[in-house]
Amino acid sequence: MTAVDEIKIGGMGASRRRVEDNRFIRGKGNYVDDIVLPGMLHMEILRSPLAHARIRSIDASKAWAMPGVRLVLTGETMAARNLAWMPTLSYDTQAVLATDKVRFQGQEVACVIADDPYIAKDACEAIVVDYEPLPVIVNPTQSMADGAPLIRDDKENQPNNVIYDWEVGDKEGTDSAFAQADLVSKIDLHYPRSHPSPIECCGSIADFNRATSKLTVYLTTQAPHIIRAAVALVAELPEQMIRIISPDIGGGFGNKVPVYPGYVASILASILLERPVKWIEDRTGNLISTGFARDIYLHGELALRKDGRILGVRMNTTADHGAFFSDAQPSKFKIGLMHSAFSCYDIPNAHLLARGVYTNKAPGGVAYRCSFRVTEAMFFQERMVQAAADDLGMDQAEFRRINFVRDDDFPHRTPWGFLTDSGQYGKCLDVGLEAVGYQDFLMEKEEAAKRGRLLGIGISTMTEPLGAGNSREYDILGIKMFDSAELKIHMTGKALLRTGAKSQGQGHETTWAQIVAHELGIPAEDVLVEEGDTDTAPFGMGTYASRSTPVAGAAVAMVSRKIRSKARKIAAHLLEISEEDVEWELGRFYVRSQPDRGVTIQECAVAAYSNMPDGMEPGLENVAYYDPPNLTWPFACYIVKVEVDPATGVWDVLRMVAVDDCGVRINPMIVEGQIMGGLTEAYAMANMQFITFDAEGNCIGSNFTDYLLPTAWETPGFELHEVVTPCPHHPIGAKGIGECAAVGGPAAFVNAVMDAVKGSGVRNIDMPVLPDRVYEALQTGQDISGAPPVKM
Amino acid sequence: MMKLRFASPEMLVDINEIPDLDYHRVDDDGTIRVGAVCRHADLERSSLLDTRQPTMAAAAPLVADPIVRMRGTLVGSVCHADPQGDWASVMTALDASIIAQGPNGRRSIAVRDFVLGPFQNALAFDEIAVEAVVPTPRGMPAGGYLKLERRVGDYATVGVAVAIDRVGSQVGRAGIALTAVGPATIAADAAAQKLTGRPLTADNIGEAAELAAEAAQPKSDHRGSADFKRQMVRVFTSRILTGLLRSEEEAA
Ligand SMILES: Cc1cc2nc3c(=O)[nH]c(=O)nc-3n(C[C@H](O)[C@H](O)[C@H](O)COP(=O)(O)OP(=O)(O)OC[C@H]3O[C@@H](n4cnc5c(N)ncnc54)[C@H](O)[C@@H]3O)c2cc1C
Repeated sequence: MTAVDEIKIGGMGASRRRVEDNRFIRGKGNYVDDIVLPGMLHMEILRSPLAHARIRSIDASKAWAMPGVRLVLTGETMAARNLAWMPTLSYDTQAVLATDKVRFQGQEVACVIADDPYIAKDACEAIVVDYEPLPVIVNPTQSMADGAPLIRDDKENQPNNVIYDWEVGDKEGTDSAFAQADLVSKIDLHYPRSHPSPIECCGSIADFNRATSKLTVYLTTQAPHIIRAAVALVAELPEQMIRIISPDIGGGFGNKVPVYPGYVASILASILLERPVKWIEDRTGNLISTGFARDIYLHGELALRKDGRILGVRMNTTADHGAFFSDAQPSKFKIGLMHSAFSCYDIPNAHLLARGVYTNKAPGGVAYRCSFRVTEAMFFQERMVQAAADDLGMDQAEFRRINFVRDDDFPHRTPWGFLTDSGQYGKCLDVGLEAVGYQDFLMEKEEAAKRGRLLGIGISTMTEPLGAGNSREYDILGIKMFDSAELKIHMTGKALLRTGAKSQGQGHETTWAQIVAHELGIPAEDVLVEEGDTDTAPFGMGTYASRSTPVAGAAVAMVSRKIRSKARKIAAHLLEISEEDVEWELGRFYVRSQPDRGVTIQECAVAAYSNMPDGMEPGLENVAYYDPPNLTWPFACYIVKVEVDPATGVWDVLRMVAVDDCGVRINPMIVEGQIMGGLTEAYAMANMQFITFDAEGNCIGSNFTDYLLPTAWETPGFELHEVVTPCPHHPIGAKGIGECAAVGGPAAFVNAVMDAVKGSGVRNIDMPVLPDRVYEALQTGQDISGAPPVKM
Repeated sequence: MMKLRFASPEMLVDINEIPDLDYHRVDDDGTIRVGAVCRHADLERSSLLDTRQPTMAAAAPLVADPIVRMRGTLVGSVCHADPQGDWASVMTALDASIIAQGPNGRRSIAVRDFVLGPFQNALAFDEIAVEAVVPTPRGMPAGGYLKLERRVGDYATVGVAVAIDRVGSQVGRAGIALTAVGPATIAADAAAQKLTGRPLTADNIGEAAELAAEAAQPKSDHRGSADFKRQMVRVFTSRILTGLLRSEEEAA
């Protein structure tokens, strides 16, 4: 007998087909909206048409009178139960239903619960709200202006619209680095407001049973346990009486981390009516009111030496948070991890000033396939790097290379104090340059320019902190950012695995089983994975921030090892030798001196229930809670070649090469899928996506005609390459990968277009790099910065 | 419209089941007839249009996305009278008509008179459109359709339809119409006029492009500034015509 073949059993490195696709491609997924409970009622939300207005009165009598209407909730109903406001994950408050004012277009004003959703929607329209319009603020400049109207007049100690001023880094050291610089490169950038837009919008079914006092909530959430804690606080119910079930989730991208007013209202409605209440958000509701992403401005400066070394960096950011500071980010830093910028570069001095302001826009969010401001940090970084290389007149690849942290310089303290642990940055860049044919392209570009064609090449290289936390620096409402896995090996050697994470498309049901297979030699197909039910899953913090594999995935490895160490004792018993003489190879324990004498893990499983050693507890089950020692730091190098049509401003991607180093790959196919998905979104952000507002605060981007999702038709092809530097502290050497491409990708596209147009003197065109912006920039030779139509 | 609650009609009539309206055909004299339930996709895949009506052939694959093209119709699109609709400009450039049928029989309405304004057409309340008719060409039909879209399936930021009929080396008839640059589809007649009765040259192409740009009445919005859209009309008109000139030169 020998060890089992790891690839054959679907272990690490196997591109195993996704288990969950079995039901999805048959249309047998089970989403919140698929669930129908007996006696279920339906809720619809009346939203504010105005961005800023005082509510003089709400007359719901016509709605109440409509047949089939069971309940109308307004701010007044909520206030009577102390539920008009709720806490946010960023220690602010957010209105559930407006009482005093509405503060953004689309804000929740009233809810109608009726026999069917159509009656509820009609009844919403029958509610008469008398608004007194107030002046509207749609950008930070207006927000910070003298005499600007106060948006949060509900709060004490809030004299103006500034939410926070936050500072990190060494100001003095940075000032002196700038004083010594040969050249200072400066740039102003806007990362526009975008939206995660999962295909499934948000929704809930609250089912309160008066007889048992149990509240069950089916919810579109990426983090069921956190929601249970929040519901316990808000609804004042004991935790054992709350069950949150997150069934199949149709995409999250960060949109499904926060608590939304619709959830709270449906819970209250179910408690009041003692019937299940379903709320399913429509597309416009999702786009105009739920967690947006980005919307942040930068003034950035790099202090440069003639030879190309970066001596210091200054970043000054202004974030537009909308009407409530409700970022779902778990760090203790006000601006999230913005100061993870420049982590792949060896820069001695850095200083960051960050300000956040209120505006009359929907609250965040901020995530869209990563953030905690990491996405913005990396975009700003790579735009600053390219501008600096151009300002120095240096090759952009070479400029990056000489400033990279060297392979032998780990662990490395980043400019703002994070600790990176591993990477081969130069090698990744080389693989990318080689694949894209960099040198040839430079010549091709020169040739093309002679014939009036504009070719460009853009690079984006970055290492980003993924996988919150460690628990020292990351918590949500005080709950530390660990995660968990529970593994039950049945008598037959088959297994049930549950984690505190929650897949929304990442393929946990497939990859978690592969980790178990890798650790125990149990075929992946024998491992059933379940997530998302707080009554059964071990406590965990959910899935976002690419944290599943770094944290919950590590817990899966650790719990498997606990199982293995018990199984080893059983094996010693079965083989009648002492434990020290037992050796392990995949799937099997054997006698060191007699390798052909052994027992399989499955035989140990039977024995755990039928023939355990004296004094041993029966069974083969365990649970592990994993608190990672550090974040994981994947590295990526993205290179894009474009051609710009100067007559129309249209740009086409000629090639896109991606080199990702996410450490050890559990399922290469799934990893590649994550990268391609991320690159697609990166392309969309660079090319077409933004949510903007007119001067009255009307949201432009409230449906998929205005807010564009990329399709397979226009998305370019991607060429993927890999470099593997295992994570030194992760049990299986893996790093996060879910978000790298969406984080590092946008700058590569923008840099490519900027490279193509730089002959005209243009240094920046803000995203999305729409044809009209490119055309205007080429015509005028001026940068395009700001968010039209309201430019700031 | 109904989803966004802009319209809440009391009654909807499904015309899909009316027999024999899904055709498109070319009569012996070259007249093209498109029935009311003929889908965009039928036109996109049609073997009839490539040579007989290149402007329509160029537009068909640019309308919406493949899913919408399987369901939407040319006649429905013209009836919808969306200034961003692609077919209305193609039909206008071709001097096409809509056949309306009601209790009092049939009548023909030129597309340029049919579209009254945004989402308004000339049908009486008791009429439906049964057919679009593209008249017999006065020579060899040539033309094209160019559309600036932010993404496949997006409505046009700008669209330009050009249709000419060649008689020998001369342009016998010309039509140019513009999508999405005004409150309704715009017939750029002065531009078309520049081309008729003479050969295509770089000069008159430039003049026509200029006049087409002048005819546009674009508004600045999140898709682009008015100036930019006007420029796109200029570029597209010139690109289509220059392409025709070049293929003419290559053929010679
Ligand atoms: C996602 C999406 C993207 C789109 N993109 C584009 C695009 O890029 N370019 C473009 O041109 N169009 C686009 N469209 C519109 C689409 O091409 C349809 O053709 C158009 O909406 C008409 O659809 P329909 O033929 O099903 O007519 P319907 O939707 O059924 O009808 C539209 C209107 O016309 C009236 N009508 C329809 N047929 C008749 C008739 N025979 N007699 C009288 N009245 C009639 C109806 O009463 C209704 O008011 C898009 C649509 C969608 C949903």
